[in-house]
Amino acid sequence: MLSDALKHKFDTVIARYPLKRSAIVPLLLFAQDEIGHVSDEAVEEIARRVGVRPIEVVEDIGYYSMLHRKPVGRYHFQVCTNISCMLRGGEEIFAHCAKKLGIGHKQTTPDGLFSLEEVECLGACCGAPAMQVNYDYYENLTPEKIDELIEKLRRKDQGSRIKD
Amino acid sequence: MVDLIKLTIDGKPVAVPPGTLLIDAAKQMGIEVPSFCYYPGLSLQGACRMCLVAIEKMPKLQTACTTVVGNGMVVHTETPEVANARKAMLEFLLTNHPLDCPVCDKGGECELQDAVFRYGAAETRFLETKQHEEEKKFSSLVYYDRPRCILCYRCIRVCDEGMDVNAYGIGFRGAHSEIIPNRGEHLECEECGACIDICPVGALTSGTYRYKTRPWEVTYTGTVCNHCGDGCKTTLSVRNNVVIRANNRDHSGVNGEFLCVKGRFGWDFVNSEQRLTSPLIRKNGKQEEASWEEALAHTAERLQAVLAQHGPGAVAVIGSNRTTNEENYLLQRFARSVLGTNNLDHHRTADFSSLVRALTEAGAADRHATIEEIGAASSILVIGNDPTHQHPLIAYQVRQAVRQHGARLYVVNAGEIKLRRQASQYLQVSPRGEAEAVRALAGQVTASQDLCTGEAEALPTFAQALTKESDTVVIFGDEIQGQGVGDLVRWGLTLSGRTRFVALGDYANSRGAADMGLFPDTLPGYQPLSSEAARQQFESAWGSNLPTTSGRNLRSILEGIRAGEIKALLVFGANPVRTFKLEKAAFAGLQFLFVAELFRTETAEFADIVVPATSFAEKSGTMTNTCGQVQALKRTMRKAGTRSDLEILLALARLFGQKWPYQSSEDVLREIIALVPGYGIPLPGLLVGHAVATRPEGAPPPLERPDLVFSSRDSLFTSGTLSRYSWALNSVDEAKKPYGHAF
Amino acid sequence: MRGNPLEVKILTRRFGLPNSASIDVYLANEGYQALKKALAIKPDDVINEVKKSALRGRGGAGFNAGMKWGFVPKQANKPKYVVCNADESEPGTCKDRVLMEYDPHQLLEGIVIAGYAIQSHQGYIYIRGEYRYLMEIVDHAIAEAYARGYLGKNILGSGFDFDLCTHSGAGAYECGEETALLNSLEGLRGYPRVKPPFPAVIGLYGCPTIINNVETLSNVPHIVLQGGDWYAKLGTPNNGGTRLFCLSGHIERPGIYELPMGFPLGRMIEEVGGGVWRGKRLKCVIPGGSSCPVLTAEEIDVPMDFDSLTKIGSMLGSGGVVVLDEDTCMVKAAWRIMKFYAHESCG
Ligand SMILES: Cc1cc2nc3c(=O)[nH]c(=O)nc-3n(C[C@H](O)[C@H](O)[C@H](O)COP(=O)(O)O)c2cc1C
Ligand code: SF4
Ligand code: SF4
Ligand code: SF4
Ligand code: FES
Ligand code: FES
Repeated sequence: MLSDALKHKFDTVIARYPLKRSAIVPLLLFAQDEIGHVSDEAVEEIARRVGVRPIEVVEDIGYYSMLHRKPVGRYHFQVCTNISCMLRGGEEIFAHCAKKLGIGHKQTTPDGLFSLEEVECLGACCGAPAMQVNYDYYENLTPEKIDELIEKLRRKDQGSRIKD
Repeated sequence: MVDLIKLTIDGKPVAVPPGTLLIDAAKQMGIEVPSFCYYPGLSLQGACRMCLVAIEKMPKLQTACTTVVGNGMVVHTETPEVANARKAMLEFLLTNHPLDCPVCDKGGECELQDAVFRYGAAETRFLETKQHEEEKKFSSLVYYDRPRCILCYRCIRVCDEGMDVNAYGIGFRGAHSEIIPNRGEHLECEECGACIDICPVGALTSGTYRYKTRPWEVTYTGTVCNHCGDGCKTTLSVRNNVVIRANNRDHSGVNGEFLCVKGRFGWDFVNSEQRLTSPLIRKNGKQEEASWEEALAHTAERLQAVLAQHGPGAVAVIGSNRTTNEENYLLQRFARSVLGTNNLDHHRTADFSSLVRALTEAGAADRHATIEEIGAASSILVIGNDPTHQHPLIAYQVRQAVRQHGARLYVVNAGEIKLRRQASQYLQVSPRGEAEAVRALAGQVTASQDLCTGEAEALPTFAQALTKESDTVVIFGDEIQGQGVGDLVRWGLTLSGRTRFVALGDYANSRGAADMGLFPDTLPGYQPLSSEAARQQFESAWGSNLPTTSGRNLRSILEGIRAGEIKALLVFGANPVRTFKLEKAAFAGLQFLFVAELFRTETAEFADIVVPATSFAEKSGTMTNTCGQVQALKRTMRKAGTRSDLEILLALARLFGQKWPYQSSEDVLREIIALVPGYGIPLPGLLVGHAVATRPEGAPPPLERPDLVFSSRDSLFTSGTLSRYSWALNSVDEAKKPYGHAF
Repeated sequence: MRGNPLEVKILTRRFGLPNSASIDVYLANEGYQALKKALAIKPDDVINEVKKSALRGRGGAGFNAGMKWGFVPKQANKPKYVVCNADESEPGTCKDRVLMEYDPHQLLEGIVIAGYAIQSHQGYIYIRGEYRYLMEIVDHAIAEAYARGYLGKNILGSGFDFDLCTHSGAGAYECGEETALLNSLEGLRGYPRVKPPFPAVIGLYGCPTIINNVETLSNVPHIVLQGGDWYAKLGTPNNGGTRLFCLSGHIERPGIYELPMGFPLGRMIEEVGGGVWRGKRLKCVIPGGSSCPVLTAEEIDVPMDFDSLTKIGSMLGSGGVVVLDEDTCMVKAAWRIMKFYAHESCG
């Protein structure tokens, strides 16, 4: 079920455009932020709200690389290996993440905590090698920094589980 | 006259109208620029880059399919640079191609193969492993093979723009892009197969044709679809006496490349195992196989006995909506001049008689619109019917008129028919309110309170808008009949310009059955039986007298059987038991029932004699579509054990001692051309596959009773009794949707 | 952000200030003065000033911005749009990011002035989806600008109305191309459109539209305030102003540096970037983002402006200067770049 807050956000975003379908991509991203992926329900709901057929929404999802039909990990590691990052060890960073997390490109750890994706330039080339975890940027990465981050995120998750 | 644009292509000067695309300009000069994504009539895509050409003063090669001609342009279509670019494009297209041409349906008629043959390299520089993907079954009729797809988007565009179904999308991106269907893994659509036909490669394949043959191993025969009344031209591909495909191969005729699901896939009843191949004679209450000679001799004897005992008034004949004009013509001759009865009718699905009568009365006998004229019309009024389902080609033509020429569409209907999407004005009326709406539009009556379900001003606004149009094509269904047709024609002719009309009859030769006089009171060409002159014309041609009093119409025939007044009934290619939902008891009073049929239908089950008839694929002759255009049916194959209705009638006539002068359907056609008013058509045009318009003129008697004319309301996936024997039409999930569903 | 004494700070002049993204800091440092000035003169005069400045598009193609604005039909019964291209995805490029992070109002002011110049009343900032935190910064700045009357109805009492909002992409390099971006903004897949017609005539929703890069538009307030001639003189002929260069790859001090147009590449690497890292020798340079042909070590005397680079067969592109040292495997580098274009369905 989509939250009321999200539905409200849908309304405000749609109102920005003279053509409702303009809102499709932002809406998909906002829905994904809340649900973790783009569910069938979100597809139907968005199609209905902007007045297009569901397949048109599905076409967009396939095109935009940030949109997922299946859940990813709670912490989605997106490691850039494009040219500037590659020159400064981006591929090694990716390999390190893969080894450390025990997963490969577009895979998720069994506990659902981490997922990994090799991505294209993130616009952080002067801080290469760089990556994003969800929307947060991490730059000038080293294997040690990755280890620390993974530890930190694990602890954070445990903390939040105890709270639950 | 606009000034032509002058340019030079490959050293030759050419002048074309402004706005012409370079690729079309080249084509006019006989220069073929290779293309995949470009397709005439569809929106431009500019996706494949096969059509690159060199234009002087332009830095890079340009796509000929998107470049509009300019004055003084100097274009080269075959420079080494161009050839190299094409070669490179092909190399790209083949990087992930499975190169499975030896087993691909499209092998031999594939545009990619052709292009590689002309421009391609035999070697590739790519060493990547190919990404294999399994073939996907989009529906029972449409399969998709991703690795063969070259992403030209033709399928998407033809479905959006041609069919208005919008069933396809494109999923993922880059090298992973693929065509995706609208319902997850499946397609939910009209199943017309246009996407398969238009696919330049073997990416979309047909559920009925795939992996059956190589295209050079079949014989191709151009003929006419046998389902609805629109008369699409089609080419049947036959191998070993089995039809395996239908498509309008040369895109000629009234339908261009259009075929609906019935035309493209629904011919498979021809191959059905349930086809009758031997006559059946009822012996001791059971139908048993018998020889043709026995069956026909027996038929003649039984008929003669009834005639001798009860007179011609006790015999009746029901004709077909699907047999040829020649067969229908002979059938009425047989009824009238051999059996001596006018108890003759067929299931009337449109009131063609009233249309001819009204137009003749108004001195406007030439105001029948052709299929082509619908597509070129500037305004169209559709009253009743649901053409998307009942007349797919006409619906297509209407959409084309709106899309390609900006025609305005006016719809009067009790339902939310799909064509409403194209309508600029839509008048929703109460059920069966169409005829009243016509009278109200004509100003004859003020519309009753509950006629229009929409807003109050709807009707006057609608009428007002129509008066601003000219040359309107008026298309109407069975909702308008009898008097109603007269009202419509008289009012329609007051609109400005050349208003033209089309009455929508259900089946392939519904119009022909009417034209050939399968009526109790009307001779061929809508000549009233009461007309001395008309009768004499046929009497002198046939050398026999015709019964002068009107016979029984179909309802009255059925009533007569029930009352015991009709003792013998002949049924050719019709299934009245189903059409009229009759009980077995309804035929109890008959002494003799003869049925000529493809299948053992409900009616055939009751028969004393059933003879196996040939289907449209196995005979020649002509058919007249609902617009009155005649087309030739060509024999494609043989079906052992069957005979055409024409052969059956000739044999019966011989057994009755008649010396009819016909050897073939063409002989009959010559007589029709000579004797039937409106059918004075040129034979050569017909034989080369043209659709020739007729212009009937006459004063047939008014419609006797309203329940004689009714449409069967077939859907896209049904076709009277025939569709029951089509695997294809029953295999698709869409066939289970409620009637009138808009895809 | 690192600095370098060779920099000429126009766009980045406020970057070091605490809270530089806030409207108060912006207003205290000449913020929205240019808008005031622009609204007082005729739209065409604004366009002329921009033409005079020789400001060329910073998105990559380097088209003269004032000329582009001039193509928009003056009389049109359709709405007109200003679209800011903040899709920044050209590998090696990360300058628009800092412009939005540290000085979003400078961009907003430039957009409103552009809107006034072509008499548009609606703008969109198309931000790549990954830059979510920037979208929040820009959204906040937009809200501030509305609250202070720099956006919305009757801006500064001039009678000119202009609305602006952000629009998020969701991961697609191709959408940086202007017509693909328009399709994306209309909710479609980001395929480029057939040109002509150009967006200035038929753009967003079929209406006249100008599309400019973040950096291009961020320059506009300075041009209006200090004059086109002043701006033009900062650079080389036909290449006005300064440019944000993103030095990345095998360089000692990677970073974003604002340097005058025409600054020689060799000096940029040596004096600004501190030379090739680890004391290695230079193999080659990608001068303007991964779409640009590489320059060998022998070619680095070139002045970094559009015309000079075109002359030697490369491009100034988006300002992403990627340095490759002597040990780099060129096949590997080329392969990685190809992989990118294949993934993005481009080229
Ligand atoms: C494949 C491709 C990607 C592009 N990506 C960007 C981009 O990320 N940001 C950008 O501002 N311009 C990009 N451009 C250039 C735009 O098409 C367009 O020229 C630019 O936004 C115009 O603004 P400007 O004149 O201010 O540079 C790209 C062009 C191409 C062909
Ligand atoms: S078969 Fe279906 S998907 Fe294909 S063109 Fe026809 S309606 Fe569209
Ligand atoms: S399936 Fe056929 S028609 Fe459709 S895009 Fe692929 S190649 Fe073109
Ligand atoms: S529209 Fe009618 S004639 Fe044409 S293919 Fe379909 S059923 Fe046959
Ligand atoms: S190349 Fe990695 S962020 Fe740009
Ligand atoms: S035919 Fe011109 S690009 Fe495909």
